[in-house]
Amino acid sequence: MSIDLKTIKHISKLSRISVDDQKAEKLAGDLNSIFKFIEKLNELNTDNVEPLTSVAETTLKFRTDEVQSENIRDQIIKNSPEDNEDFFVVPKVVE
Amino acid sequence: MMSDITSQSLTSLVKNIKDKKLSSEEITKAFVDRSEKSKELNSYITEDFSNAIKKAKKFDQSPNLDLKLPGIPMAVKDLFCTKNLRTTAGSKILENFIPTYESTVTQNIWNEGSILLGKLNCDEFAMGSSNETSFYGNVQNPIDKDLVPGGSSGGSASAVSGQLTPITIGTDTGGSIRQPASFTGTVGLKPTYGSCSRYGIVAFASSLDQAGPMAQNVEDCALLQEVISTYDTKDSTSIEFKRNHYSKELNKDIKGKKIGIPKEYRVEGMPKEIEELWQKGIQYAKDCGAEIIDISLPHTSYALPTYYIVAPAEASSNLARYDGVKYGFRAKGENLIDMYEKTRSEGFGAEVQRRIMIGTYVLSSGYYDAYYLKAQKVRKLIKNDFDEAYKKVDAILTPSTPSSAFKIGEKKDDPVSMYLNDIFTVPVNLAGLPAMSIPAGHDANGYPLGLQIIGKAFDEQGILNISYAMEDKINFKNKITDWWIK
Repeated sequence: MSIDLKTIKHISKLSRISVDDQKAEKLAGDLNSIFKFIEKLNELNTDNVEPLTSVAETTLKFRTDEVQSENIRDQIIKNSPEDNEDFFVVPKVVE
Repeated sequence: MMSDITSQSLTSLVKNIKDKKLSSEEITKAFVDRSEKSKELNSYITEDFSNAIKKAKKFDQSPNLDLKLPGIPMAVKDLFCTKNLRTTAGSKILENFIPTYESTVTQNIWNEGSILLGKLNCDEFAMGSSNETSFYGNVQNPIDKDLVPGGSSGGSASAVSGQLTPITIGTDTGGSIRQPASFTGTVGLKPTYGSCSRYGIVAFASSLDQAGPMAQNVEDCALLQEVISTYDTKDSTSIEFKRNHYSKELNKDIKGKKIGIPKEYRVEGMPKEIEELWQKGIQYAKDCGAEIIDISLPHTSYALPTYYIVAPAEASSNLARYDGVKYGFRAKGENLIDMYEKTRSEGFGAEVQRRIMIGTYVLSSGYYDAYYLKAQKVRKLIKNDFDEAYKKVDAILTPSTPSSAFKIGEKKDDPVSMYLNDIFTVPVNLAGLPAMSIPAGHDANGYPLGLQIIGKAFDEQGILNISYAMEDKINFKNKITDWWIK
């Protein structure tokens, strides 16, 4: 199979990364060579293999469901590119 | 003499502080001074030298000599969040990001008395094998001019090898500690998945990422591993197990240890000097009293293709958080979607965008089963290979990399050839095992070559001991000429 420009544009939309035609051409070339290399996995029959979900053979620990409120609004807002001291500010989304 | 200080091992510096022969201020100033003279290496992204000297003076006023790293300065990879000090992950998108919290691993280090020197260069979001994807420029390998230090922990490897820091920490998702250690003649340990907390480490591929020490020798590596490996409730995949006092229990007695040699690591086109190094390594292990056993890891050649599905898939999900809203860089856009798309297009570099796109594709509707599910099944087969092998052996010995360090620019435009660098290191991450790279020889150019010792899960002590015994026999000397110091 090969990844065409239409597919690249589709993935770029899903990824929320803008891609112009020149960049799409380059990406198509790169992704095709990478997927050619990945196709090697098709040599293997994995019909009866359970997928690995975790390398550690331990079960995840449960913790008690407690609210841990540390009142850190200022810290959370601190690194935002645009805010009004209480909220993140984004371009207008509702007309 | 300042240079006498920076050439000392961590263990020796700790002893000198405890014996009151050196002060923290003397040691910190020596490393700051050498780092200042070493700008050409570009090992640092952010320096914190004046604060470091202040902290050293403060330490000396009432030194707590019971700590494991008393007053020892240390620079760390810029993937660890450091409270109030910029953390970029090598990316433009985090150029102005100042964490309001500290990663668990670095907090453990400061709790033992160590002092932060600054943040070290790395590939963008740890995606790379040569440090060339960093937004903050290439890093020079102290071994030779215009040679890559490896990656992604390239700044870390360069800084330890060039003696700008006595020791450091890196992260390893597919070889990012072991490959740069091998390229710079230093020692690097990737611990078992779940050994070191991932809390506060900028995420790349969460099922593979692990932090680990990088050092001049095995003993130093053991001491730092002892400090950074703790169970942490803030990381849901942190594992509770009996952690050794790795430095105290370090010993060279590996008589009767069974070491496996996997035939599948003898790959086509591998340079003769790598094969020779491996044979020498086998002989060293025998000289130490180990028993050598031929083993098979039949799915080895499927590890890289599996990795290049699993890692980008996880990365595409992890990096969805960079949206220009909560933190980091924001580009101007006509509307919200346009702002997202421009922010991510301008904020991420080419390799990161490439991997996000691969990951998005393999997880997208209609392709999930063919790629991601398939890869997770093959990952199981790779792990099963190791489980089978460890019924017969205690550890596995392989070369760390299929070649020595290459020139800056040499592989930059060919992603697949760059990915092949990690052919011997990637299987370990997929199986969640601990592994070390130790320097073991030189190629015809005098560039260092490393051997990899892979252990059973949670057996860091076992591979540290094998490395310690072999290090003694190998007696490696790094050839650093200080070519960058005018």
